[in-house]
Amino acid sequence: MVYSPRMSISHTLLGLLESGPRHGYDLKRTFDQRFGHDRQLHYGQVYSTMSRLLKNGLVEVDGIEAGGGPERKRYAITDAGVTDVEQWLASPEKPEPYLQSVLYTKVVLALLTGRDAAELLDTQRAEHLRLMRELTRRKKDGDLADQLVCDHALFHLEADLRWLETAAARLDRLANVVRG
Amino acid sequence: MTASTSALLTASGLHKTYGSTPALAGADFVIHPGEVVAVMGPSGSGKSTLLHCLAGIVPPDSGTVHYRGKELSALSDARRSALRRADFGFVFQFGQLVPELTCTENVALPLRLVGVGRKEAESRATRWLERLEIDDVRHHRPGQMSGGQGQRVAIARALVGAPSVIFADEPTGALDSLNGERVMGLLTDAARETRAAVVLVTHESRVAAYSDREVIVRDGRARDMAGAV
Repeated sequence: MVYSPRMSISHTLLGLLESGPRHGYDLKRTFDQRFGHDRQLHYGQVYSTMSRLLKNGLVEVDGIEAGGGPERKRYAITDAGVTDVEQWLASPEKPEPYLQSVLYTKVVLALLTGRDAAELLDTQRAEHLRLMRELTRRKKDGDLADQLVCDHALFHLEADLRWLETAAARLDRLANVVRG
Repeated sequence: MTASTSALLTASGLHKTYGSTPALAGADFVIHPGEVVAVMGPSGSGKSTLLHCLAGIVPPDSGTVHYRGKELSALSDARRSALRRADFGFVFQFGQLVPELTCTENVALPLRLVGVGRKEAESRATRWLERLEIDDVRHHRPGQMSGGQGQRVAIARALVGAPSVIFADEPTGALDSLNGERVMGLLTDAARETRAAVVLVTHESRVAAYSDREVIVRDGRARDMAGAV
């Protein structure tokens, strides 16, 4: 999986902490297992993300094993962190091609944390259709070049929407797989 | 969902079961004059049943449909049929034109059914065929036209009686992408110009993009997505 610029590692790690405190190495392993199909996280990314989240009060150190070092810290999500994940999951992504990786991550995290994944998909679908309406209007009023440019975007958005519908139709099965 | 005073057509708590299969399970709907609303949802979710109930073609098992304040189920069959002919227009996936009639005669048919004289009906039909840029095939019969031309004739037929509501069930389902978009552009432009409301059942997002808002039907319930973003 190639991460789009909008793929938020910090929100994903925060979301993984919702089920309980974890060590940095455990976070990396879980992230790689669920979302790192082609590209795994570096330890450095995990610890730099955690220190930023600590600074912003979204996680706290829940315990430190003897021996010290960053890899010995166990992190827990704070109430502010839960609110942050909540807001991220509830906000639709700006529609653009190749959103699947971030949408997939959001759906899996929603299922893992007991949130309404169907609602998330519906909200995203409405955002996509809103942009498709805008492009359709532009296309109707535009010249041939406008029409072709808009068509390119519309075909990509249509593909995203088909994926959203396919995911919505398979939510129950995905929930069983994700929750193991 | 509450029906605002300007609503043209409202449905509330519609239930409909075919045999043991529930098609609608408490569906609500509202549409205003001049509005184009796409009804979307997976196959078998109840989209077409909702359209049929809204148009008074199929009575719901329970729940109500009000058109301009009148409850459809309270009308006699004859009055409901008269209302459908006078106030509603229909476009289906396959034009469902009468094969023995020419284009002009097909388009004039709804007017003839409400008592408009032949000359006047055909003259109004011709104006719509010109408006939809298919007057060159006005003497053709449905079998002599392409799918796209046939759908444009079906749209002319739906619009000729100046309906307040047009019900379109997968109107581009049998057309290729370019023809489908042409048909949608013509249908929605004409509807907006005449302030007709359009209930557009479709599973295609590119077709739904011609609407003002969308309603998703899932498991027999309708969700208005206008406030979702």
